[in-house]
Amino acid sequence: MRLVARRIGGALLTLFLVSLAVFSISLLMGGDAAEAILGQSATPEALAGLRAAMHLDQPSYTRYLAWAGGLLRGHLGTSLITGLPIADMIGPRLASSLQLAGLAALVSVPVALALGIIAAVKRGSMLDRAISMATIAVVSVPEFLIATVAVLIFAVTLHWLPALSSSRDIYSITDLVRVFAMPVMTLACVVVAQMIRMTRAAVCDALDSSYVEAARLKGVSPSRLVLRHALPNAIGPIANAIALSLSILLGGVIVIEVIFNYPGIARLMVDAVSTRDLPLIQTVAMIFSATYLLLVTIADIVAILSNPRLRHR
Amino acid sequence: MNTPVPAARTPRKRPQSNFTLILGACIVGFWLVMAILGPMIAPHPPGQVVDLDVFSPISSRFPLGSDYLGRDILSRMLVAARYTVAIALIATVVAAACGIFCGLVAASGGWPDAILSKLFDTVNAIPSLMFGLVVIASLGASTTVLIGTLALVYTPGAFRTARALALNVTALDFVTVARARGERLPYIVLREILPNVLGPLAADFGLRFVFVTLLLSGLSFLGLGVQPPNADLGALVRENIAGLGFGASAVLVPAFAIASLTIGMNLLIDAASARRQGGSR
Repeated sequence: MRLVARRIGGALLTLFLVSLAVFSISLLMGGDAAEAILGQSATPEALAGLRAAMHLDQPSYTRYLAWAGGLLRGHLGTSLITGLPIADMIGPRLASSLQLAGLAALVSVPVALALGIIAAVKRGSMLDRAISMATIAVVSVPEFLIATVAVLIFAVTLHWLPALSSSRDIYSITDLVRVFAMPVMTLACVVVAQMIRMTRAAVCDALDSSYVEAARLKGVSPSRLVLRHALPNAIGPIANAIALSLSILLGGVIVIEVIFNYPGIARLMVDAVSTRDLPLIQTVAMIFSATYLLLVTIADIVAILSNPRLRHR
Repeated sequence: MNTPVPAARTPRKRPQSNFTLILGACIVGFWLVMAILGPMIAPHPPGQVVDLDVFSPISSRFPLGSDYLGRDILSRMLVAARYTVAIALIATVVAAACGIFCGLVAASGGWPDAILSKLFDTVNAIPSLMFGLVVIASLGASTTVLIGTLALVYTPGAFRTARALALNVTALDFVTVARARGERLPYIVLREILPNVLGPLAADFGLRFVFVTLLLSGLSFLGLGVQPPNADLGALVRENIAGLGFGASAVLVPAFAIASLTIGMNLLIDAASARRQGGSR
């Protein structure tokens, strides 16, 4: 239990350091937000007035405290460009991004675990070689290539699916499938490949250990050997593999949303970057980093709980 | 019981590993040569509109077709390859140098280890594409910023690998012997530890080059990488994405070029590390 508490504490400390990093990077920006809003022809008085109104005249550490304190209390600030509260802008976008990522995770985790375990059990077979080659190819290819090839095949050549997706005009289950099929497939493809590789390595390690050797010599059936002896000890590494792959999904979602014109939070971020809307950028970056840390910490805790030696420390 | 299996498999695997090694080396070598010579052998100036039609298919006049403005794709590809390879290579060298240096320092333990580890954990906790977006939003997209960002994003990985490798080697007897002999720290690091971890570090370098290339292409694809009028391979895909609807070569060729570079590098690493492990046994 102490170990679990320490992991959570470590994650919170990292999150704090991330917020410092994100904030200080945005301090590096030439000029300030007041100039960006008022333009070059603004009078010095107007600039000073706006700076005071936005608290830009205060030293950076008070601004950091105000910003971080606001984040903690759920006050995300307002966008520089639209003037809307950031929470209102992010809300619906975050929901549709989570929909996309959730569906991709739902599809990819079972597939990846099954294929990874099969590849490890049948190590060296034709099937294993084929899976390895395919995963290497997918891992080393940019996400937008997979997406463009998918559009080329399913939308341009076969006319099965629309090339763009928006969750607005969904009237039936088939509509839902048609809209989500391609983004989810592309995203899942990238994640699955990564997850298969890590799952295979974890199960291979477990199968190589001496207690599995002993069980094999005892005459345990192959399926029992894998399910009862090898897998329970591979849970920690597998949980880690899932968490890391899902964090790849966080990055993948950015490219996918842009390609398929999907109204999610990552596209909001890309648009914010092109308009240099810093408060919005900071908030979205914090959301992504927090999600990543959450995933990794959960994987750590699962690994600790699944290992009796660590559990009773 | 386990030993006969790899022994029996090694002779059969050898020729295949050699083949992938040569194939990977050829692909990577091809792109290196293109990066150096490319702009000199380009048939047209990369920025000049030479075709009245846009997105024209592959023909004898335009070996790879033309782009959304009617520029020659082959010429643009040759220049873009130089951008992609050069930026990725410089960023990888910087990341590897910083990572290895910090990793070796951290491996000696104490408070530098604690501070460096926490610092790089923090960088790692920001998703890499997100990190790139934040930095480029603040500093603007220039080639220097791009290289710095790519290097910073992939330093933690190089750091971890170098630190883990060095920790393994430090525990071995010959390092203890050198220390007992009274050698200074730089001598131990450079002459005793470094030569023994060079192989795995080279593999790590190759892998990091692949990651850097993919992130650079991703950033350029989002319009945040190399800025017009210049273009790297990812930016070429972005420019010509409108041609995707009818399968124009202008969008497909650069996309597959990136894939061939990264897959070639992966083949090279896999084959080289398989061979190294085979040799040590």
